[in-house]
Amino acid sequence: MPLDTQAASSVQVVNGPALPAATRLRGKDLLGIAELTPAEIRLVLDTTEAMKEIGARPIKKVPALRGKTVINLFFEPSTRTRTSFEVAEKRLSADALNIAAGTSSVVKGETLADTALNLEAMSPDLMVVRHPSSGACHFLSRICRAGIINAGDGMHEHPTQALLDAFTIREHKKRIEGLKIAIVGDLLHSRVLRSNVLLWTKLGAEVWVSGPPTLIPPGIGRLGIRATTSVDEAVEGADVIMMLRIQLERMQGGYFPSLREYFTVFGMTPERVRRAKRDVIIMHPGPMNRGVEIASEVADGPYSVILEQVANGVAVRMAVLYLLAGGGEHEAAA
Amino acid sequence: MPVLMDGERIARTLMRIAHEIIERNRDVRDLALVGIRTRGVPLAARLRANLREITGEDVPVGALDITLYRDDLMRHTVAPQPLIRRTEIPFSIDDRKILLVDDVLYTGRTVRAGLDALIDFGRPKAIQLVVLVDRGHRELPIRADYVGKNVPTSALESIRVRLQETDGQDLVLIEKEDEQK
Repeated sequence: MPLDTQAASSVQVVNGPALPAATRLRGKDLLGIAELTPAEIRLVLDTTEAMKEIGARPIKKVPALRGKTVINLFFEPSTRTRTSFEVAEKRLSADALNIAAGTSSVVKGETLADTALNLEAMSPDLMVVRHPSSGACHFLSRICRAGIINAGDGMHEHPTQALLDAFTIREHKKRIEGLKIAIVGDLLHSRVLRSNVLLWTKLGAEVWVSGPPTLIPPGIGRLGIRATTSVDEAVEGADVIMMLRIQLERMQGGYFPSLREYFTVFGMTPERVRRAKRDVIIMHPGPMNRGVEIASEVADGPYSVILEQVANGVAVRMAVLYLLAGGGEHEAAA
Repeated sequence: MPVLMDGERIARTLMRIAHEIIERNRDVRDLALVGIRTRGVPLAARLRANLREITGEDVPVGALDITLYRDDLMRHTVAPQPLIRRTEIPFSIDDRKILLVDDVLYTGRTVRAGLDALIDFGRPKAIQLVVLVDRGHRELPIRADYVGKNVPTSALESIRVRLQETDGQDLVLIEKEDEQK
């Protein structure tokens, strides 16, 4: 099967001399989008392109992290993120260990610091940490020599989610700069929102957020974004719509009268999608509550890229793991 | 900086290699070219054009990034981390003869990584190595099947290959390490 000329020329383009400004991440950790420069974000996204191709091979494994040990330390339930990290670690040939808080000494009352220091005594290169407290990863990064990757800390940040979302947007729109991106839902409890907004504003997108007034955190305008309680206004002419999960486990405070009412006022319906640009893409970080924040017709519809997000998650995490652990020792961990 | 090959010399060399490939393989229909990034890729594309000119057949071309297979990936402490770029092999390598193309053959470690990377894509019938310059100093038992030019060098010298597609001009230069920058 001969390669047609168009494909041959695309090989040339990728091969072009344009190199991104950053060639490595500065720290030993990935704690949040807040700590990354735009050049570092682009480096992760560019590296992700190369990693994505590995997932399409018959043998989906490269030896880049052979001999490196990665501990996945999850203090909160997770399907997507934990599996995605584990697949990424295996594809790079790292040795991956999973520790779920429910089956560890944490239930015997061991503190976070003690758990981490004991694990560190087994000299892992990286620890992937999810924890219900905001700032847990920053704390661990100060006491551990191993690099820490934040896989979600409380209501603070979830950087790899934001990076995979950005990668998915860039695949469809070829850019982030200048796009109108609307994000709708529970803005108060969402670490996905925080990481995404930081990333999009760093790369120059126009960001709109919308949700019930009780779930809009005060001072959100300081992030350089537009907040509105009208979903219709937020999605008008949008290039990207992202729905956030209503975190049913955090809804004891009576933030809105009922899930049914929430869906009527804030749910993403096909009618609302029509207000956006014709080539809009619909995103959701999962897990979805169908019929609460998003109608099934939208979630399964032609604009939805929700499952692509999951597929891209593996490639993004491979890129982060490689960039943090793949290039030799980092100069004396700060 | 002494010039080892100019544009015309490079073009003639690549045409000669194309003839050698045909002489050795007879049927070009089960051949495929795979260039090692960065400069092996345009060299592979040029060989493909030459093969088409001679035989009228199109040979598929791919690009291989070997960064993740390098044996020195974990060893450099200060050197910048190599940027990984896409590997693109849009055809099955199973039962094909693969011509692996690179610009300079030196220690052989890049080729070793390239062989490992290729084999993760399937089981080729054979792999043959094409290089524009062989400068000696092998550290692994690897040799090229097609060599543009053999250049005896000292370890203090370095070979610079510049190609139109990547650098805006066709030139092969040799320079002393201390002349750099």
